[in-house]
Amino acid sequence: AYRTDEGQPWVLPVVKKVEQMIANDNSLNHEYLPILGLPEFRANASRIALGDDSPAIKENRIGSVQALGGTGALRIGAEFLRRWYNGNNNTATPVYVSAPTWENHNSVFVDAGFKDIRTYHYWDAAKRGLDLQGLLNDMEQAPEFSIFILHACAHNPTGTDPTPDQWKQIAAVMKRRCLFPFFDSAYQGFASGSLDKDAWAVRYFVSEGFELFCAQSFSKNFGLYNERVGNLTVVGKDADNVQRVLSQMEKIVRTTWSNPPSQGARIVATTLASPQLFAEWYENVKTMADRVLLMRSELRSRLESLGTPGTWNHITDQIGMFSFTGLNPKQVEYMIKEKHIYLMASGRINMCGLTTKNLDYVAKSIHEAVTKIQ
Amino acid sequence: QAEAMIASKKMDKEYLPIGGLADFTRASAELALGENSEAFKSGRYVTVQGISGTGSLRIGANFLQRFFKAGRDVYLPKPSWGNHTPIFRDAGLQLQSYRYYDPRTCSLDFAGAMDDIARIPEKSIILLHACAHNPTGVDPRQEQWKELAATVKKRNLLVYFDMAYQGFASGDINRDAWAVRHFIEQGINVLLSQSYAKNMGLYGERAGAFTVICSDAEEAKRVESQLKILIRPMYSNPPLNGARIAATILNTPELRKEWLVEVKGMADRIIGMRTQLVSNLKKEGSSHNWQHITDQIGMFCFTGLKPDQVDRLTKEFSIYMTKDGRISVAGVTSGNVAYLAHAIHQVTK
Repeated sequence: AYRTDEGQPWVLPVVKKVEQMIANDNSLNHEYLPILGLPEFRANASRIALGDDSPAIKENRIGSVQALGGTGALRIGAEFLRRWYNGNNNTATPVYVSAPTWENHNSVFVDAGFKDIRTYHYWDAAKRGLDLQGLLNDMEQAPEFSIFILHACAHNPTGTDPTPDQWKQIAAVMKRRCLFPFFDSAYQGFASGSLDKDAWAVRYFVSEGFELFCAQSFSKNFGLYNERVGNLTVVGKDADNVQRVLSQMEKIVRTTWSNPPSQGARIVATTLASPQLFAEWYENVKTMADRVLLMRSELRSRLESLGTPGTWNHITDQIGMFSFTGLNPKQVEYMIKEKHIYLMASGRINMCGLTTKNLDYVAKSIHEAVTKIQ
Repeated sequence: QAEAMIASKKMDKEYLPIGGLADFTRASAELALGENSEAFKSGRYVTVQGISGTGSLRIGANFLQRFFKAGRDVYLPKPSWGNHTPIFRDAGLQLQSYRYYDPRTCSLDFAGAMDDIARIPEKSIILLHACAHNPTGVDPRQEQWKELAATVKKRNLLVYFDMAYQGFASGDINRDAWAVRHFIEQGINVLLSQSYAKNMGLYGERAGAFTVICSDAEEAKRVESQLKILIRPMYSNPPLNGARIAATILNTPELRKEWLVEVKGMADRIIGMRTQLVSNLKKEGSSHNWQHITDQIGMFCFTGLKPDQVDRLTKEFSIYMTKDGRISVAGVTSGNVAYLAHAIHQVTK
């Protein structure tokens, strides 16, 4: 989760303001939301992902399902695909997740009933970047209609995203091989500070005519972690198809949680629907993104000043909350045991844990780990 | 009031643990089991926060599908809440039923239920409505619950209680939880789903809990671990708002007292409407026996009206109910109860 420079959780100022508005609004109550969620939330959430001028929105061929966080959105999408995509109850359709990926991706699709979860090449440890060729090869080899989980931006855990040009290559192969894009968008705005930039890949795929799912989370970019605010955006061929998809998703939602929680959705909907509040939110998001970007550049420059062996441009090339430092398990152990800096065995650090107060210490510790331990 | 208290604390929005807010789950278990419950005091239970009643039921259903290899069949009362069947089916279990509602008397077909339950294969799963049966409003009397418990125990059935109306049914939280507590006292380690949608009016906040009574605290820890593995790929962790409101109410003595009064208020209004409906029907001159309206309990009432009568009510009197003759007593007010009685009399005389 995001942390301030004081190392504290941060409730966005705009969220506090909107919560107060909601509390003071006597016309509101705790009645059930519709099964698919708060209409104003759904429409605005999808609009944020696809863009105001999205051709899919104009052509009325998008649908939205309010879900419990990004996880809930992924699960509803996965359940639908297992029942209705590529035949009925097609548990055999391969689902591809990146190597590595968020560890819960696997479980979501397994519990939804898919029997064949595979990985596609993604992280190139040697060059500390994207293994584009490996990725494209895997897509070429994948059976037609396979489902690919793509990270819309700020890849978790590597922080390494394809460039627009690389996304174009990915889209071309997916189109030719008839592969289904299921985007996981957990960091829109939070990654670069720009909503449009962070949604570029999703929007490109839409402009290329793909039908796709996009699981959105508002946990990070609204700081609403525990309110479980998510949205599954469905882009279909036409309105008719989308209606049918939503109708089936309603049945899935009904047996999973009946209808979603209202508090978080109201906060997001109120914010996105008001130009004034939206602008405030944008500033709040940029505050978070800028702090992370600052920590990245500060960490990198310190490592380079220290002359730490290796190259450190990946710290600033990578984006989002996490960074694959390139530290090996032994070096990680050193960091944890000797320096009390906590990171994953994969070498992944959470950039939000860095503050102006601990930057020097962390940089020195990394320097020690790399020079002392091989 | 609880909302204001919470707002003043200015808490953060960090993720809850997978199993939910501890203050909430503990208070939920205590509310259901009773503070003097041996099962509660010994800690031989696990309670996880669920997405209201539906989510809690679903966690349990998935848990059974994954771990209860002895049985695949879930026995529901006939009729049951419409969503029970798809929930268990989607979880991968099979549905069966036992006789429950007697349309001839608009009350419990106790003999039929006992007969069917006595023949349910051992190690099957049986679902029971703890109170305020949905949709019929027909609950067993305590004596009948005792016999049900004995039979269920003899048949070695796994019991799953759905308690969506604790407090809301009779106005007394202990009375409404009597069946659940009795079964546990008889040594039946039940599964339990709770909802705070109705009794705290927290509908859209999705506050609920799923409990498993275990042999001991050790087993409870193991079960908890598996429940978390089921929950994480569904929605990672539950929503805070409703659970925090419910926990604040349950754990703050003055608020808890107020809540008990308020939930009794809701229950009393429903009970009052039932009484008024029957007395108004008598006033209309109806010769039918409408006792079942006051015998039944909770939000819903199986009036005994036939589909064609229901149709007439809708077309001629703009009164809306389901084809099975079920009305929502919550929709009856002192302002419309006379009109309702009049209409029902017209289509049944």
